[in-house]
This record gives sequence, structure tokens and C-alpha cells, in this order.
Amino acid sequence: MENNKIEKSGTNRRNFLKLGFISTVTVATGASLFSNLINEEESALSGEKIRLLTPEGKIVEVDATNINKYPEAHITSAESRKGIPNRKFVMVIDLAKCKNARNCVESCQKGHQLDYNEEFLKIQLMQDNKEADPYWFPKPCFHCDSPPCVTVCPTGATFKRDDNIVLVDAERCIGCKFCVTSCPYSARIFNWGHKDKFKNTAIPYSPETGIPGTEGTIMKCDFCPDLLRQGELPHCAKACPMGVIYFGDINEDIVTNGEETVRFSKLIKERSGYRYLEHLGTRPNVYYLPAVNRQFPLERGFDVDEDIIERYKNVDYVKELKKQGKI
Amino acid sequence: MDFNQRKRELVKEFSPMLEKSSLVSKLWYFVLIAIISVGIYAFYLQFINGHKVTGMRDNVVWGIYIINFIFFVGISYSGAFITGVLHFFNGSWKYSIARIIKIITVLSLIVGPIFILLCIGRLDRLHYLFIYPRIQSPITWDIIAIMTDLIGCFIYLYLTFIPDFAILRDTTDLKVPNWQKNVYRVLAIGYQDTTSQRKRLHKITEIMSVMIIAMAVVAYTVLAWIFSLTLQPGWNSTIFAPYFIIAGLYSGVGVIIITMYLIRTSFKLEKYIRKIHFIGAGIVLLIISLLFGYFTFSEYFSKWFSHKTNDVELLETLFSHYFWEFIFANYIGVLVPIIILFFKKLRTIKSVTFAAVIAVLGLWLNRYLIVIPTLETPYIPIQDTRPEFIFYTASWIEYALSFAGIAAFILMFKLIMKFVPIIPISGIIDQERFEEKRIKNLGEQNK
Repeated sequence: MENNKIEKSGTNRRNFLKLGFISTVTVATGASLFSNLINEEESALSGEKIRLLTPEGKIVEVDATNINKYPEAHITSAESRKGIPNRKFVMVIDLAKCKNARNCVESCQKGHQLDYNEEFLKIQLMQDNKEADPYWFPKPCFHCDSPPCVTVCPTGATFKRDDNIVLVDAERCIGCKFCVTSCPYSARIFNWGHKDKFKNTAIPYSPETGIPGTEGTIMKCDFCPDLLRQGELPHCAKACPMGVIYFGDINEDIVTNGEETVRFSKLIKERSGYRYLEHLGTRPNVYYLPAVNRQFPLERGFDVDEDIIERYKNVDYVKELKKQGKI
Repeated sequence: MDFNQRKRELVKEFSPMLEKSSLVSKLWYFVLIAIISVGIYAFYLQFINGHKVTGMRDNVVWGIYIINFIFFVGISYSGAFITGVLHFFNGSWKYSIARIIKIITVLSLIVGPIFILLCIGRLDRLHYLFIYPRIQSPITWDIIAIMTDLIGCFIYLYLTFIPDFAILRDTTDLKVPNWQKNVYRVLAIGYQDTTSQRKRLHKITEIMSVMIIAMAVVAYTVLAWIFSLTLQPGWNSTIFAPYFIIAGLYSGVGVIIITMYLIRTSFKLEKYIRKIHFIGAGIVLLIISLLFGYFTFSEYFSKWFSHKTNDVELLETLFSHYFWEFIFANYIGVLVPIIILFFKKLRTIKSVTFAAVIAVLGLWLNRYLIVIPTLETPYIPIQDTRPEFIFYTASWIEYALSFAGIAAFILMFKLIMKFVPIIPISGIIDQERFEEKRIKNLGEQNK
């Protein structure tokens, strides 16, 4: 009887130890999950107050950490997760005006220090069906409101900000590439090997600039938040000679291509703006205006390098042109 | 019957496997280590130069590494499933193969996850998964599921080893180095094969066998979800989880049959691994191949019939660029095993093994065709001039590491066989004890 009891408590202790081991692991994971949540919510105040004059002429006292020090200041990884206050950025691309001039691509590559074939913004030649007229289709990241890439990221290296931007923190990315397979728009680029430009540490890394890149991590179109903070348009919108790319803020209901500034809602309604692959439910923040009443014939777009034309060889229209010996 | 005497007899029977290595065996070790060394060198190159040394590029970001991962984890899952189920069967036949299956389960679950690590661009940041975990990511689910599964399978394997460790510890005339005897002593954790210990061990094993079935199903389901929860046309399918479960069983049973054949012929264990095992496993493989063929047909048929643009593009790629692979994976890989296993006359040890080889190769290729062509036909057509960005071809580095994975699997298997008898002595004793008791009971009833 006595023996039996002792034996029983022995098993209990073993069970307890086993349970203890399992729960330690669970608690450890749980704790770091929890602290993660806190870190994202918390904004540490410095206690230092600064007096400011508002546009209405009132003097207000604000905490020093709440002041936007841009353009001089370096935006840290933590700051870049919040986004620019009160903004909801949106892009509208007018397909009727695009003639594949590629200024947007080149300017973007220059701004982000990308190589020849690394394109955050790709210009596709689309032909919806055999009868349809082909059109040039600039494709940046769509900065979705329900971004599949953000959902699947195991470390939070890619995140959705309050100002609509989906950004990548290359210092957090482990390079699992799950975001690439989950993005239905092929918006993401992986750094497959080391490049000398990655060593350039003249400017400290910020997710908002993405410079310098890092080997074994992901990069993509970021809507140029560093320029936005300075009140400028993204590189692509600035560079387009045709004013194809409108950029703006949904909160203010305004978009501009640098030449004309228009009401976003009115533009979308009047020109039947749409979002690409709407049925996937990703809710993109890039809208397209259909390619009707074109300003340029499509052929103007073939005035580019041989290498670029070669990309479009599988499009029915190009096949036809080749057959006729026009290219 | 004197079971201690019987134990000694059995140890004597199996001791040659533990005591010495034949020349052929040594040659095997040499070849396996050579293959693994090449793999390690390939890994070194990949680690130093980055993933540009692989065939993976921006569209096909996951190559044969992830296919090997699915493949090995699938074998492990099905091994766990089958051992769990076997536990509830009675009969001496199950002991001959139970340990083989358990070792396959654990080893493939060690090798499999290594391949997913090879897909990761920044291995030096692997700990970020635990520092910055995000529970909504299916990768996090997968890590939790596979780690739990690995621990569970390991405990289960160990539990079934304990009585054998005790027997080996108690056999004084075993000609093995002293350290090995010490390891047996430690690992036997004081097991003396008393009635109460036996009862307790049996109970724990029973609980664990139910648990590992559940854990294995969860782990493999989550793995299937990594694909089916994305929006990709070839992956976003509701039947993916059950399809993977069946596919895992298909390859698992195949690998078990091949291993059985190799062990039987190389260690002359015809007495234990008998024709009935091959016939039994062959019939299981037949049922699973029918199910697997049904799932495969159903998956592709619905894509073809409803012909959504992106599905059609995928099918066109499969039937042009991947024509022969598709025929081998989904016709030959399913129909040949069905034909061989369906007719009673064709079911011999060799033909069942042949069917298993075809099934395993076909299934690996089937996984390839699920992963690669889907990534090659994204929603927005690939418009690129660099051929390696349009179609994926694995580089020698990826093949070297794949073969190193298989070699590591075989090497570890051989080392375990050197350490514990591949046929569980305790299992045979248990069975004989059970038989004796039954005869005694029958005798008493007749009185």
C-alpha cells in the first residue's frame, strides 16, 4: 500500500516535469509574442516639451518625440512601422497616356540604387484577349489593404502602415520568400547574391529608403516614403513625361501627376477607374484608368532597347507583328 | 518458458549486426560519407555566395529544396500514422516491421526540415522566428507543428527502444565497446522488465501512438496549407490538405517497402521480414494508389473542366514544357503500381518492391509539378528575357544537397541498426509471452 503510494507520486512528479518542460516552451514563445504586441503599441515619450506655433496662431506644447524631424532626421526601423500621420496614400495610373517611355522605371532604379534588371516598377504589355487592343501596363507594388505578403510573413519583416504603405524591413527579413509566393502580382524581388553596392553605408539603412540592399532579403516598390516625407512625389510619378502616374492622399481626396491636381474620387468615377484583379480580395491602393482614347499609338512603345522588346515576344500582338516582319 | 533464456538466444541471433561491420557495409559508409561531404561543400558554396548559386530566381523562389522537404516530411507523417495504427493490431508480424517504420519516421523528420532551412536566404537570422514570431503566418504554425511532431515521434521511438536497451545491457557477452554498453545502461533508465514496469510502458506507448497519429496529421495538413492558403492558381485548392495526406501515405508506404526489401536481403532476415509483409504492404499501397490517383485526377480535372484563364495556362505549361514529367508522375507513377498490385499473381516480393520504387519516384515528380509550374505561371505573365527567370532548372548545388539528404538518411539508418537490433527483441518476447498466456487460458477453459 505504502509502496504503491510512493510509486504513484513518482509518476506524478515525472508528469509534472514533462508538463513543466512543455509549458516553459509555450510560455517563452507566448512571452515574446506578447512583448512584440506591446512594442508595436508603445510610443515612449521623452518628457522633453517643445513649444510650437500652429497655423491658427496658437501656441501648443508637444513632446519632443512627436515632432517630425524630417528631412534631416534618419527614420529608424521602429519609426518606419508607424507611417506618416493622417495620410492614406493612393496611386492612379492612366493607361491611356502610357507609351512605354520607361522614364519611371529608370528613375526608380536610380533612386533606389537598383541594377539594370531589378525593377520595382515593371512595364508589362497586356492583351486581355486576342481581339482586344494591347496596352502598356506599368505595375508597381499595389500596397494592398489586405496584403497577403504581410499575413504570411513569419517575422513581421513586411508590414502595413497606417498611411497605406506596405514596407519591408530588410534588417528583419530572414529570406524565407513566402511573401513572394503569396503575392499574386509578382511585386517582390529577392537579392540572390552579394553585390558591392550593399557595402555602401554612406547613409544609414532605413526601411523607408531601402538603401543599401541586403543579400538574402526581399525588396519591392515602397511608394518612396522618404520623398513623401519631404512633400515630394515618388520617383516614378515625378519622372513620367506623359503624366501617367497620379499620386495622392485618399483622406484629402486629391491626386496629382505633377502637372494637374484632381479630385481622386471624381477621377475614378468619371474615367471608370478599376483595380487590377479585384476579385482576389486584396484591396489594392493602386487604381488604373482604362486605356481608352489613347494619346499615343501602341507602336510608340517599341522605341526601346532590343532586349526590352524581346520581353514581350509571347504577347499575341507582338507575335503577329513579328510574322509581318515589322519588328 | 524461460524468457531470460529466450532473450539470450535472440541477442545471440542478432548480435552479428551489432558487433561487426562487413566489408560491403564499410564500403557503404565510405560512399555515403563521400556524398554527404560533397553536399556539405555545396552548402558551404551556397552559404558564402548566396542563393544565386541555385536555380531559383524571382518567379520560382522555391525549388527542389522545398519538394524534398514536403517529400521527407510526408514520409515521416505516414510512418507515424502507420506505426500508430500498427500499435492497435495484434500478431507477431507487426514486430518485424514496426521498428523499421519508426526509425524511418524519426529520421525523415530530421532530414526534411534541413531542406526548408536551405530555402532560407538568411540562415544567420533564423532566431528571428522566435524573437519576432507572428502567429498568423502559416510558417509559424508549421514550425510549431513540426517541432511538436518531432519531439513526439522521438519520445515514441525511444519508448519502444527501452526494453531492448535493458536486454542489451543485461547481456554480458555482447562484443561491443565499453562506451556502447554504458550508453545502453544509461538509456535503459533502470528498466528491469517487471510486470508493473511493463504495464506502465505499454500504457504510455499506447497513449503516444494515438498522439503521434494526431500530431502527424496536423503537421502535414499545415504543410499543405503553406501552399493552399496562398492565392496562386495551382495551389489555392480546398482539397490540398487531404490530397497531401494521401500523397504522404503513398510515398511513405513505398519507402517502407523499399527499406524492408533492402534490410531483408542485406541482413538475411527472411525469417522475420516475410512475403506476407510485402503482400500486406502491397495491398495497402494499392488502396492508397487508387486514392492518390483519384485525388490527382479530381484536382486536375476540375481545373481543366472549369478552365479559368490561369488554370488553363498552368495546364498548358504542364502539357507542353513538362509533358513527360507529367506522364511519368501522374500516369505511370499511379497506374503501374495499380496494375502490379491489383493482380494476385503479380504480387511477388520483387514486383511489390518495383511498384514501390515507381510510386516513390512518381510521387516526388508529382510534388515537383505541383510546386514549380505553378510558380512559373503567375497571374501577371512573366515578361523577362533572362531564361533562368522564366523556367526553373535545379543547379548541381541543389542536386548535391538533395543526394546528401538521402545519404544522410541512409547513413543514420545504418548507424541506428548498428546500435539496436532492427527487429525488436522485446517485441518478440512480448508476443511469445502473450501466446503462452493464451494457451494457458485455453487450457484452463477446457478443464
